[in-house]
Amino acid sequence: MIPLSHYLVLGAILFSIGVVGIFLNRKNLVVLLMAIELLLLAANMNFIAFSHYLGDLAGQVFVFFILTVAAAESAIGLAILIVVFRSRRTINVQDLDRLQG
Amino acid sequence: MLGNYLPILLFLITAIVIGGIAMAAGRLLGPNKPDAAKLSPYECGFEAFENTRMKFDVRYYLVAILFIIFDLEIAFLFPWAIVLDDIGMFGFVAMVIFLLVLVIGFVYEWMKGALEWE
Amino acid sequence: MRLSDLQIWTITPEIIVAIMACAILMIDVAMPERARKTIGFGLTVSTLLLAAIAVVVGQDAGYTIGLYGLVVQDRVSDIAKLGICLITAVALVYGRSYTEERNLLRGEFLALALFGTVGMMVMVSANHLITLYIGLELFSLCLYALIALHRDSAEATEAAMKYFVLGALASGILLYAMSLLYGLTGTLELAGIRQSVSGFSADDLPLAVALILVIVGLLFKLGAVPFHMWVPDVYAGSPTSVTAYLASAPKIAAFVIILRLLAISLEPLLEVWQDMLIAVALLSIGFGNLVAIAQRNMKRMLAYSTISHMGFFLLGILSGDSVGYSAAMLYAVIHAVVSLGVFGCILHFSGEGFEADQLDDYRGLSKTDPWLAFLMLLFMLSLAGVPPTVGFYAKLSVFQAVIGAGLLWVAVPAALFVVVGAFYYLRVVKLMYFDEPVAKTPVRSSAAPLESRALLTVNGLLIIGIMPWIGVIAEACRNAILLVGS
Repeated sequence: MIPLSHYLVLGAILFSIGVVGIFLNRKNLVVLLMAIELLLLAANMNFIAFSHYLGDLAGQVFVFFILTVAAAESAIGLAILIVVFRSRRTINVQDLDRLQG
Repeated sequence: MLGNYLPILLFLITAIVIGGIAMAAGRLLGPNKPDAAKLSPYECGFEAFENTRMKFDVRYYLVAILFIIFDLEIAFLFPWAIVLDDIGMFGFVAMVIFLLVLVIGFVYEWMKGALEWE
Repeated sequence: MRLSDLQIWTITPEIIVAIMACAILMIDVAMPERARKTIGFGLTVSTLLLAAIAVVVGQDAGYTIGLYGLVVQDRVSDIAKLGICLITAVALVYGRSYTEERNLLRGEFLALALFGTVGMMVMVSANHLITLYIGLELFSLCLYALIALHRDSAEATEAAMKYFVLGALASGILLYAMSLLYGLTGTLELAGIRQSVSGFSADDLPLAVALILVIVGLLFKLGAVPFHMWVPDVYAGSPTSVTAYLASAPKIAAFVIILRLLAISLEPLLEVWQDMLIAVALLSIGFGNLVAIAQRNMKRMLAYSTISHMGFFLLGILSGDSVGYSAAMLYAVIHAVVSLGVFGCILHFSGEGFEADQLDDYRGLSKTDPWLAFLMLLFMLSLAGVPPTVGFYAKLSVFQAVIGAGLLWVAVPAALFVVVGAFYYLRVVKLMYFDEPVAKTPVRSSAAPLESRALLTVNGLLIIGIMPWIGVIAEACRNAILLVGS
């Protein structure tokens, strides 16, 4: 039996990588989308681990919904990315500076 | 502690062995008639060695986006199919409603021309 | 499982709106170009009104759990749903000519607005973390797409991207917090979480982490300092009709999820989160009001003003008793109605190729359009919290709650910033009434739509506090909250 804490540590690491990825990334919008996926996956990891150790299926059902939402989210993200690229010809994070004040 | 990971180790070893057997069998038993097209690495319909900054058709993204959505919705069907006997008519109707919503989205993207390449 | 156990009527309004949103999508692809706009728009507004009627007809004075514990119907959800439907309908009517002139009034716009409304309604009836998350995401995803719909505008696409990234980060944090809560309490139902949390001691580390992440996620969505950076960009960058949509009804939905997830489910930890919210509320009030002074862009100024209003709203929540919650609910409803009116005025003033988003555009408005200037005056006074308007009652009830909770030292600085805030609201009034119109006075190309003018007038009259509705709403909020608490 792998103890619960191992899964939780893995989840926490994934989550931290996601958050750090969003804040430190100054280059590419696609990397931002990947970091967002990581956040959701970290939550999924927690839900599945807890669900297994609690013997309660609700957590795994939640994971199904999160997966679907994650797919919809990345679809919308990619669509916005394309629109941004069409109007700016760049997907560099630092070039998104039109709105300021 | 580490003993807990033994199944994973066994799994890795099995995977490597089976993969190795498959490759070796292909090498030993299969006919070997190479030509230029067969030897070039395959890369999703693109020329293999080109400038990485080449123009990439935005329509690939569109298809990919539509694919992600429908691909994952189908994941709901698997657990549903397994327990269909237990959830009966109720579960069946629920899934029909779900698929109906999906079909509306599909009809919409079809009629909007999102599926046409040209 | 039988259909009768489902209590499906608890979500009738949601079902109506969702079905009609699908129908509008189908109409959009099936109908000829000319018929689409009028039919689609008429259907959208009538759907929202129908849903509002369904809420009133199916209202429930008690507390009904539906869909096997996924949703709940009580007074709070009824009031919130009614407000969301009506406010969204009015926001769409205000934005109609603006949206049409920018060629955005397509089937997608209407369907996305409706699906977003479904998301908000699901959020307010959530009794389970899954419903809460799905509602939140349904709403957020529709909103990202609505903003990005104006794809020729570099500002709108940039706003959409920023909102998307930060909104997704917020949902990710909230989701992670939910996973921790699930692990600690072993249930996804809000009532079960509350029961289980009261058994923990307040300095349990994992619970503290979960609590902090819940608060961070909610504050991100709310746009309170220090998680406010997306608000000005999104308000200023979005098409104004979308700004009107996102500045009004979602505040009510935000109140309900904060009430259900933080104030009620995590009430046993009140003393832990109260301190955090005090800091956030005061920072929001101070920062929002100070930075708003420096703005030259109307929408940006209103965004910072919203940040400060969210601070006042949090003051009600952090009081931590039913008086505070009902004050916060009243504040959310009133803020939604007033924002709706302000953006209605901006939408009404703007025309083809004229955004009306600079403060200088409003110079001398009282001479070119006296009635619009007067309505704008009412809304500005209400935002500032000047007595005869409802904004005053909202602030008053929040301050009463805070002082009643023994937090006088929080109320004093907040009250000082009300005075600071009055400056920039009154500056708009000064520009409208005491300055000369600038040379390039815009002329509306299309005739000003009559129905939006009439609605604006009603909206403006509602803002005057002597109208009886405010007492009715305040009473309804109080009763609703008392029912939830028991």
